[in-house]
Amino acid sequence: MAVNPDYAGREYPPVGPFPVTAEEIAAFADAIGSTSAAHRDPAAAQALGHADVVAPPTFAVRLAQQCEAQLIRDEDAGIDFSRVVHGEESFTHHRPITAGDSLSGVLHVDRIREAGGHGMVSTRVELSDARGAPVTTVKSTIVVRGGG
Amino acid sequence: MTQTTTDPAALSRTVTVDRALLVDYANASGDQNPIHQDADFARSVGLEDVIAHGMWTMGAALDVVTAYVGGDPGRVLSCSTRFTGMVVVPEGETVEVLVEGVIKKSDEEAGTQTVELTATCAGEKVLGRCLAVVRA
Repeated sequence: MAVNPDYAGREYPPVGPFPVTAEEIAAFADAIGSTSAAHRDPAAAQALGHADVVAPPTFAVRLAQQCEAQLIRDEDAGIDFSRVVHGEESFTHHRPITAGDSLSGVLHVDRIREAGGHGMVSTRVELSDARGAPVTTVKSTIVVRGGG
Repeated sequence: MTQTTTDPAALSRTVTVDRALLVDYANASGDQNPIHQDADFARSVGLEDVIAHGMWTMGAALDVVTAYVGGDPGRVLSCSTRFTGMVVVPEGETVEVLVEGVIKKSDEEAGTQTVELTATCAGEKVLGRCLAVVRA
């Protein structure tokens, strides 16, 4: 099964809103061994000028992957999830994510193609807040290993 | 008030991971792909054993950068990486990943610095071109 290049350029309807909680931020920070008090202690975050506890720099993947699932789950896209490995990831923060945010994500398929027997899928999720202001851009490239 | 640590050792850290932590990360991130928890499944799709989520490794490495900017995650403006190798996590073992960073660039006009990280596990580079731009 090969990835479907016709999906390049697709944009999906918004997913969410995802309420961001202090508990989620703390659990994510604990799982990656983050040391900053600003992930867990509202007073420490406020001392740095934030409204509430601040998410780690890669926390947005939790939300982005829920948006990316629209493409992964679509059988016509030809993505065999059991053969997926992660190629690249990037986060551009237009502002920090803090507890109390309510974020929605719009998934874009920037590129999808076959290369060297593997599928290469590049997506972009634009996360925005309840007022529609941009918060984080998450770009991901996955490789669907061929030979299956 | 902004502050950065001046200790170069602050950009270097050994982080550890085991199977239990991968379950914690799966729950915290929502990424329940069984290749990160189930050895039989991992082997059935051609992997050597359970592997850590690439995003676990990226997240663990990036905390070195957050620490560098005074523990303020809001000063990490962007970050990116390529996943160049796998962190294999056998049952019952604690696996070490060495994270090392250097200041690649300082842009005084923009008030930013670019930190380049490497992450190495069992002699293999697992993150490549891992860059973070911070507000200095």
